[in-house]
Amino acid sequence: MVVLDAIHRIQALHANDLACRWNCKAGKCGSCSMEINGRPKLACMTRLSDYDPEETITVQPMKTFPIIKDLVTDVSFNYEVNKRIPPFKPKPRDADGNYRMMQKDVDRIQEFRKCIECFLCQDVCHVLRDHRRQDAFAGPRWFIRLASLEMHPLDTADRVSQIKEDFGIGFCNITKCCTEVCPEGIHITDNAIIPLKERLADRYYDPVMWLMRKITGKDRKK
Amino acid sequence: MADISEIQTFEHDVLVIGAGGAGLRAAIECARLGLKTGLVCKSLLGKAHTVMAEGGVAASLGNTDNRDNWKIHFRDTMRGGKFMNQWRMAELHAKLSPERVRELEEWGAVFDRTADGLISQRNFGGHRYPRLAHVGDRTGLEIIRTLQDFGVHQPIDIYMECKVLNLLKDGPRISGAVGLWRETGRFVLFKAKAVILATGGGGRAWRITSNSWEYSGDGAAMAYEAGAELIHMEFTQFHPTGMVWPPSVRGVLVTEGVRGEGGILLNNKGERFMFDYIPERFAAETADTVQEAARWLEGDPGARRPPELLTRDVVARAINTEVKAGRGSTHGGVYLDIASRRSAEDIKRKLPSMYHQFKELAEIDITKEPMEVGPTMHYFMGGIRVDDDTQMSQTVDGLFACGECTGGMHGANRLGGNSLSDLLVFGQLAGAGASDYIQTLEKAPEVDSDQVMEVIREATDVLNREDGPNPYVLQEKLQDMMQTNVGIIRTRAELEEALRQLEDLKREAALVKAHGASQYNPGWHQALDLTSLLTTAEAVARAALIREESRGGHTRDDFQGEREEWGKHNVIISKGESGMNVRTDVRPDPPADLAAIAYASLEELEGTAKVK
Repeated sequence: MVVLDAIHRIQALHANDLACRWNCKAGKCGSCSMEINGRPKLACMTRLSDYDPEETITVQPMKTFPIIKDLVTDVSFNYEVNKRIPPFKPKPRDADGNYRMMQKDVDRIQEFRKCIECFLCQDVCHVLRDHRRQDAFAGPRWFIRLASLEMHPLDTADRVSQIKEDFGIGFCNITKCCTEVCPEGIHITDNAIIPLKERLADRYYDPVMWLMRKITGKDRKK
Repeated sequence: MADISEIQTFEHDVLVIGAGGAGLRAAIECARLGLKTGLVCKSLLGKAHTVMAEGGVAASLGNTDNRDNWKIHFRDTMRGGKFMNQWRMAELHAKLSPERVRELEEWGAVFDRTADGLISQRNFGGHRYPRLAHVGDRTGLEIIRTLQDFGVHQPIDIYMECKVLNLLKDGPRISGAVGLWRETGRFVLFKAKAVILATGGGGRAWRITSNSWEYSGDGAAMAYEAGAELIHMEFTQFHPTGMVWPPSVRGVLVTEGVRGEGGILLNNKGERFMFDYIPERFAAETADTVQEAARWLEGDPGARRPPELLTRDVVARAINTEVKAGRGSTHGGVYLDIASRRSAEDIKRKLPSMYHQFKELAEIDITKEPMEVGPTMHYFMGGIRVDDDTQMSQTVDGLFACGECTGGMHGANRLGGNSLSDLLVFGQLAGAGASDYIQTLEKAPEVDSDQVMEVIREATDVLNREDGPNPYVLQEKLQDMMQTNVGIIRTRAELEEALRQLEDLKREAALVKAHGASQYNPGWHQALDLTSLLTTAEAVARAALIREESRGGHTRDDFQGEREEWGKHNVIISKGESGMNVRTDVRPDPPADLAAIAYASLEELEGTAKVK
């Protein structure tokens, strides 16, 4: 039995109107995110048997987002950020109508594309949770998405300045809390956020790169 | 609420209901064609059932084996569907799916690659060649996310966590729909010239199912109420491999990709029993020895496919038989073994979510031990009857449907991988069909306020009445009843019992009471879903009772085997004056060119394979 089963029993027998989101019940859709004994988790993947039978298990809604009711929170912030991310812009197809990408070149973005949008990383991120900088900071979920676009072998758009200015990657001080709670085991900090920070550093803070650009007039995206 | 003017109202050319793969693809098409488009989802965007599709999307790209082409895909689909498919739909599907898959790449999808850098394709049950474009075992997630991220940049108004309660009509035409914001409990009116239903199936009416709470048959039930016909409702797919242990995860899907990657099925004696269940129709194309199956796994192009990759109906029935004969696994399933077939590293790379799922939920390491699996209610082949090309209902103008909520495309049994391609192909066609329809409209349909108020009254009654049955308990009763009486193997007596009990359940459901307030109240939502669950469950039971043969996803213990006469008939459900009408329609003769392909030998269709 998992925590979600227990919530379902409570719903069915004791509190019909207990609000809780869920869908797939198999850790694939990222709907049943909540804080279980204070830790951000998916209720469908958290076994009751992992807890001491004597222990009281406390479930709470994700703290970063405004509560709607019981365990349901208003996660619309996330959908708003996604809309602001400049979309994928592919280069033209090869002459035979195909796109060619090597597996080794897509391995790293396939890791990011495993994201199930449970928003647990957003929940645990202190920039959003404690400092409430939703106005200036996109949060780990969206840096994964930005990284998956920036590192896409077919993409031609350049989002580096937005990553700095609009999405506020500088606020992240790589405490890796997001990576710790990711149910998909995505290395959010090491594989997405730090490489994006490095691109930014190259672009804005590296004097040699700055000089090269001045001389050649060229910008290097990837 | 006394007046319709007090209800929040949105106006659209097209309202798409359901935001899984089919709904998203339809909405994208509508927006592309310049229509003012609304898209409603019952959950948050991106959580629909498409996200759970694992194995892949079927398209004869020919990247992994260049002998493949649309004709062989079409032939496989027809044979898998026991020739009950709508011929034209199966043709469109096979022809258009490669284009739809390539388009996804243009929108950012990242499929696994071949050594040449093309989209890699894997083997799957019933498909002659490796045909499923995939991303490990999370292909559905890749597809829905790609459509979602592309869709949010299109001019589409997206309405999340909104349950549509019923459709509205102006005479014979669709005029919109009434919905309920789940968050606030307030009602919303959508005025629309056309509605596209993309609501998925109704598998939630069964106890053991891979379907989530959303799968309550809303689309089929609303279309039925509006006067549309349902077709093939008796054909329900029990996926052969759902988890069976522990009890709380019973029914959760185990992808067919495990068998596609070489996994084998064993009974408790360690026998590879599928060799005993090869139907005559597939005997010529299926390996009949362990040695030949092993050669196939090693890539020998001359070897035939192992019997574990027979169609889902065949494998599900075989497992059912083994368990009933006392040869089942400890917890009443059979064993699915990939550990002895592939290296641990391969398994983790190709089947990462299966590895994760079993590790987390069952404490089993699938790289070391076999899984326990058994059949689980998975998919409705049947659904709303629509025109093959336009996807519009033939009896309700302006009502379109695509994806699992429609019927006909898959015939009596769907091949794995053909659902994701179905969503894309028919989602696009439904969008185009709706656009064409709107061009022909001389004036916008009018919304009848009485219809709106009636829908709202019925929904609020559930909250307002003093007392009544508990909606959760009622749903559990329905699930147990369907599991017992309308399961994999059916009989007249059980189906008649099902219909009797459905009458009782309908009476109880009419009195159901939801406690609490209207704001985000799952008990209320559950009660409202019951209406559509009961309608679709009844349609399945009635259609199953009338079809006196066994074919694909419909097996009658009292009428074993396919009957030629029944192969010529479709079962059609429609709303009558006093209850549900069931009739059989004679199927038209197939077009000669398509029949020639469906019955051709493989050699005739393969042509000359290009040398790599």
